[in-house]
Amino acid sequence: MSAPVLLPPRPIDDPDLAPGAAPVARTNWQLFRRRFFRHRLALVSIAALAILMVACYGAPWLAPYKQNAQNLLDGGMGPSAKHWFGTDDLGRDQLSEIMYAGRISLTIGLVVALLSTVVGVAVGAVSGYFGGATDQALSGFTDLFLVLPDLALLAVAVVIFSRSFTSIILVLAALGWMYMARIVRAQVLSLKEKEFVEAARASGASSMRILLRHIIPNCVGTIMVNASLAVAVAISTEAALSFLGVGIQAPQNSWGLMLTGAKSYTTSTSKFYLVLFPGLMLLLTVLAVNFIGDALRDALDPQARH
Amino acid sequence: MLRYLVRRLLGSIPVLLVASFITFWLVRRAVDPLAKFRHDRDSARVLAEQRKALGLDHPVIVQWWNWLTHFVRGDLGTSTRTRDPVSGMIQHALWPTLQLMFWATIVSVVVALLLGTYSAVKQYSAGDYAVTGLSYLGLAMPDFWFALIAIAVLVTLPTVWFHLNQPILYSVGLHSPGDSGLNLDYFRHLALPVLTLTFGAVASWSRFHRASMLEVLNADYVRTARAKGVPGHQVITRHVLRNALIPFTTVTALDTAFLVSGVIITERIFSIAGMGQGFLSALGAGDAPFLLAWFVIGAVAVIGMNLLADVGYVALDPRIRLS
Repeated sequence: MSAPVLLPPRPIDDPDLAPGAAPVARTNWQLFRRRFFRHRLALVSIAALAILMVACYGAPWLAPYKQNAQNLLDGGMGPSAKHWFGTDDLGRDQLSEIMYAGRISLTIGLVVALLSTVVGVAVGAVSGYFGGATDQALSGFTDLFLVLPDLALLAVAVVIFSRSFTSIILVLAALGWMYMARIVRAQVLSLKEKEFVEAARASGASSMRILLRHIIPNCVGTIMVNASLAVAVAISTEAALSFLGVGIQAPQNSWGLMLTGAKSYTTSTSKFYLVLFPGLMLLLTVLAVNFIGDALRDALDPQARH
Repeated sequence: MLRYLVRRLLGSIPVLLVASFITFWLVRRAVDPLAKFRHDRDSARVLAEQRKALGLDHPVIVQWWNWLTHFVRGDLGTSTRTRDPVSGMIQHALWPTLQLMFWATIVSVVVALLLGTYSAVKQYSAGDYAVTGLSYLGLAMPDFWFALIAIAVLVTLPTVWFHLNQPILYSVGLHSPGDSGLNLDYFRHLALPVLTLTFGAVASWSRFHRASMLEVLNADYVRTARAKGVPGHQVITRHVLRNALIPFTTVTALDTAFLVSGVIITERIFSIAGMGQGFLSALGAGDAPFLLAWFVIGAVAVIGMNLLADVGYVALDPRIRLS
């Protein structure tokens, strides 16, 4: 996609073109950019995610207060100029807490999505391309885990492997790759019958080379869309686990855990901000990731050529 | 049809067996049945005795087989948490959960159908944009946060603002203490948990229904129907809706199984003593027999819904033949 010079220029129908004007040749990368940037919401989402990531990962330098810094005299105060998101009963600045907790939530989302994508693509590609026993094992395996209620299974797995940051990431990834594997497998099944694969095989390419150089690059669109959605799923699943008491533990903090601590304040009108802000961050992140996923889907769709 | 059903039922037995073995193994790893003996003065001897008495000296697969043979005969074991028979506990816990899922499914299906149909028929109208926007919001919002916001906005705020003695909607349990039956009190308790379970399902189902409606709306036979002068609303109800309902049925039947995760969270927030709460307390207390029974019932429910989805698909779509 990033080698524009090599692609032959080809005329396409351009809806923005004046009638009668000569069509302009566009490279794949230009087409992708054009179609992606047409989604205003996706652009806003990218900006929002960028700000969020800078704020969270830069928390040690940017946060107005230190993590878990208590100031009992300022406890339970609503949003103000001094504490933008207010403070909890122990006087901890909520803005700083959200920034620090965001590091955990965002890292879990990104790392889990990365791990489950790598595993899912590998398993899906191999089982789709080679078929046979691998394929049967994969289908049986995914069917099996689709039968068991996922949140309950995750909760039990987390209890087994401890509730540390690493083990939560590993458990979420270990139980999260099947969906990607299924999708990649379906795509590989149709791609491997195409002429260009046949041509590659005829010219003596090994299976490994066909998979890595010919088939998987053609799945990049699907993979990217589903990887972006996997980020959203991982972040909300971790939040749900933390909320149920089987997720991240203090002194570490995540947005889900902040909401667990705040849930008794739903009966108070004065401290409602403690419930509002961490959830708002979750909503914002997942929404932004979904919008980007949608724009990617449109932009990478090979059927739409303008 | 009957042969197909029997074949599918037989085919789901191995899946159930393997799933039950996996959960058995996981629960064994998660729960230490000897934990309460570990601090005995004479712990080495007691542990050895108990290990033998509980059959823990056998390999896991033998333990699983022993558990399974009891299980299929209806002996679900005794809860290590409450010392009650698990079957009775499950029966108690199942009832509130079934009520929740029943109402949640009905409300979501009706609302999603209405919104999706409206959205598709009035494509690109302001209403369509509003529905689509809300569905984005509904898909992205964590359900437990939605529930917390709903409690704050619909229970706490009105009570404080209008100085009510009791809230209009309740956020604890399914009945007031000492109350039961299908009355106003019940629905005032039911509203918020069902709303929590509903909004996510409505968001995804209405979007799905909008897409399948649009697909049918552009089909040739719909244009033909319009061309031969069938009134607009009749085209929608007779031709479009009927066909769009086929994929909708499958998706809802498949997704109802996923309500299980939502039920765990909803019951936790609204203190409803159903299967979700049962799971969490069993997990917290290391109650292996209850956890095992819970997972088996969950798996059976999911398989049942999958089967229902397939059967519904065949029953609704005359183009599909069973072979």
